[in-house]
Amino acid sequence: MAKRVAIVGTGQTFHKSHRPDVNGQELINEAVRRALADADLKMKDIDAIVIGNMDHFEGINYVDCWSVDGSGATMKPIIKLTTGGTTGCTVAIGGYHLVGSGMFDRVLIIGWEKNSESDTTGAITTAFDPVWDRLVFAGAISGLAAEAQAYIARYGASERDGARVSVRDRKHAMNNPHAQLRKEVTLDEVLASPMLADPIHLLDVCPRSDGACAVIMASEDVAEKICPKPDWIWATASRHSYSYLGDADYGRLTSMREGSQELWKKAGIKEPRKELDVIELYQPYSFGGLIWIEDMGIVGPGEAPRYIWDGNTDMGGELPINPSGGVIATNPIGATGLIRCAEAAMQVMGKAEGRQVPDVNFAFSSGFGGCWWTDMILHGKKKPK
Amino acid sequence: MDRAAIIGVGTTKIEKSKVGETFADMAWEAVNKALSDAGMTIDDIDNVVTTSSDFWDGRTISCMAVGDASGAAHKNVSCVEGDGTYGAFYGMTRSLSGSYKTTLVTGHSKGSQSVSSLITNSSFDPIYERALGMDMVTACAMQARSYMHRTKTTPEQLAGVSVKNHGNALKNPLAQLPMKITIKDVLESEMIADPLHKLDCSPVSDGCAAVIIAHESVAANFKQKPVWIKGVSFCADSFFFGDRDLSRAKALTEAAKKAYEMAGIKDPKKEIDVVELYDAFTYQELMWLEEMGLADDAMAGKLLEKGEFNMDGRLPVNASGGLLSGHPVIAAGLYSMAAVVRQIRGDAGGFQVKKAKTGLVHGVNGLGGQSHCVFILDKDK
Amino acid sequence: MTDQFQGIEPMVYKSKINVPYSWWAGDTASKFYLTLRDEKKITATKCVACNKVFLPPRKVCPSCFTENTQWVNVSDEGTLITFTIARRQFAAIPSDRKVPVIWGLIKLDGADTAMLHYLDEIKPESVTIGMRVKAVFSEGRKGNIRDISHFKPVSRV
Repeated sequence: MAKRVAIVGTGQTFHKSHRPDVNGQELINEAVRRALADADLKMKDIDAIVIGNMDHFEGINYVDCWSVDGSGATMKPIIKLTTGGTTGCTVAIGGYHLVGSGMFDRVLIIGWEKNSESDTTGAITTAFDPVWDRLVFAGAISGLAAEAQAYIARYGASERDGARVSVRDRKHAMNNPHAQLRKEVTLDEVLASPMLADPIHLLDVCPRSDGACAVIMASEDVAEKICPKPDWIWATASRHSYSYLGDADYGRLTSMREGSQELWKKAGIKEPRKELDVIELYQPYSFGGLIWIEDMGIVGPGEAPRYIWDGNTDMGGELPINPSGGVIATNPIGATGLIRCAEAAMQVMGKAEGRQVPDVNFAFSSGFGGCWWTDMILHGKKKPK
Repeated sequence: MDRAAIIGVGTTKIEKSKVGETFADMAWEAVNKALSDAGMTIDDIDNVVTTSSDFWDGRTISCMAVGDASGAAHKNVSCVEGDGTYGAFYGMTRSLSGSYKTTLVTGHSKGSQSVSSLITNSSFDPIYERALGMDMVTACAMQARSYMHRTKTTPEQLAGVSVKNHGNALKNPLAQLPMKITIKDVLESEMIADPLHKLDCSPVSDGCAAVIIAHESVAANFKQKPVWIKGVSFCADSFFFGDRDLSRAKALTEAAKKAYEMAGIKDPKKEIDVVELYDAFTYQELMWLEEMGLADDAMAGKLLEKGEFNMDGRLPVNASGGLLSGHPVIAAGLYSMAAVVRQIRGDAGGFQVKKAKTGLVHGVNGLGGQSHCVFILDKDK
Repeated sequence: MTDQFQGIEPMVYKSKINVPYSWWAGDTASKFYLTLRDEKKITATKCVACNKVFLPPRKVCPSCFTENTQWVNVSDEGTLITFTIARRQFAAIPSDRKVPVIWGLIKLDGADTAMLHYLDEIKPESVTIGMRVKAVFSEGRKGNIRDISHFKPVSRV
């Protein structure tokens, strides 16, 4: 029989732009030991490890093998999953299946990245098809700018609407000691920051970060013994439907729409806006915070700017988004999706400290990357049926 | 725990250079062969796992190249980086976790498109080792030396593995290097890195393999008689060579032990009928057999000379020709899995062995066999 | 292949992934390399729980999973555990090294784990497992693994 799966512990580094004091294995180890401490487990209690990052950001082949001194995987099963920006959420989904299959009781999941060690834009450019896309598109910004332009043209949104999302996330980051950018920004500062690719300003986008995150998942047989109030995984979904940049419907995130509809159906959620209590969205730039919550069905197409201006997604609002400060404040890419998962779990477990949203029953976390791909997880306080 | 079975396999021919085909072209061929083998359409597949490597493919997010061709559009999908056996393992857990029923697993690589020495040099630690310029061949040569020193295995015995596997490949139309060669040919081939000659090493290859893994509740609904996954485990040893006893593979011993336990195997030497293992280099076949308990310690070379691992021997090993006869990295473990599935179904054609009720599939990640994955497949549930 | 591609010559698009990397050695490796560069000493970390001495130095003991806080000097002499000799000039071999290139796994006296490095000042056919070797330090050391030039056989006087 398949097993229900819960998160019983999380750990993160204090994310920074550069961590010259540690190498990759040592960075990973910090997150692993914090997660073990959070769950009050020892490495010997862990049955298997799932790890992920993006190879060309650190230039290390077979990271699963190389990292064992940090991950604790010596003489244990370790498997690497990698799907680009979605990796952090992909490894979490991997942990869910490893535990859910009944093969393992306690699985350690690790996402990490040291973006300071390479030219991130150069490495991202190699993601695109070498023959068709690579010579004409550079890095991640150009694709995101094309999406934002299409959304603005279709729904009449403005640069100010995007900036409002940045202001929110940077304000939220003030409550998170692990966040990298902990300085509030104003609307005017966002709009006055350098234009990177119309309509995206510097303060509309995520930074580059060094960081790692670890999450421990356990089967229903042991979860509540490890942690009295674990975070139960209700459902997961992923869509990686495109291979070429030109395949996408610019202005809409189809992968988010298809995946979230599947998620709501699996969990029996009828009105996500009312039933979800908090969202940790992999939102690497501000306009994604508008477009993608429409694709999730939180609000209708074109309605996100009004919803956000009214404060609904701020702390204390109807549905707080990114209490951690989100990706705009911290982005160690391979870890980023897993940080969303860990933050959502902390909200459900009531461990989010200064950034805690009261009484969280359902939380949503996601990963974004690849070619307009989305991975997602629905977290809940109650044990799934 | 529920059970899962392999209900379809498909592999492209392994070739030195598939210059006319992209990754997606290869995946399309393997996937369609697997679907047709299983008597399924892509609509019968409810989720997909691709297996690839950003380093070998020269592409960040290498899975992007094959998702569409693997039929992943509008489906749940993920990607494992490493040997195909690890992809199959993850695919199996997805079929058992209650989320899905039928997982399509693919693995691809084109060694012809990159420089293996540089790609595998990138597996060494950048701060302590990489500048010394070692790669997979020299690393494994070092391990071969260590193994031969401890076990007194001879260069002739290593060569015997190459003679056997290339000979087996004569019966496998999908193999890249079917060859009738002698021990003398191997020993007289170019010395690449002592003690490994050119014919002790697997070639550079292109290929893609696909397998379909189903939950027991649907496994019998399609064309093939299911081949059951009775046991599986994987395990990683220390990273640094100097932390390990290089002449041993204790992670493999551990993975095999757990896989046997799960499958209820008490005496692997007697109960396993057919083996496809990771023979990127000749010494590995002998070393892995010993470390898995399929040959007595330091005896595999002698048993090989007696013909025990021949296609008609006591325990046929790499009857397909193995990786020595064609080695698409990453896809490798899925090729081995497809070969054992065919053996158990009795449709392995020219390389069919006589008795094949229970089979073992083995895959490797990392330098000198740091991480091993072992599957036990069986005709019966 | 279908007929539509008959007579079409497959094109090959040549490219190269060229991403610069600057790996942060971290405090632990930095300490090792500074001592190597400035004092020609090889140092290792020791686990206070299991007493194992790690070379390359590890910040955390992989077995005990506790922080290694003790440093020890290890000898520049040790025993050859295994070796290989490259006969083909593989692409990964640095341009200043020409075949035959000999790499060894060397367990230095005082360390519990072995390190990879070059062997030199010896004929390939004379290398044997178990032989005693000694580090030769480079002139003009820069704080990397090649501050050790290579290991050579210990001459018994």
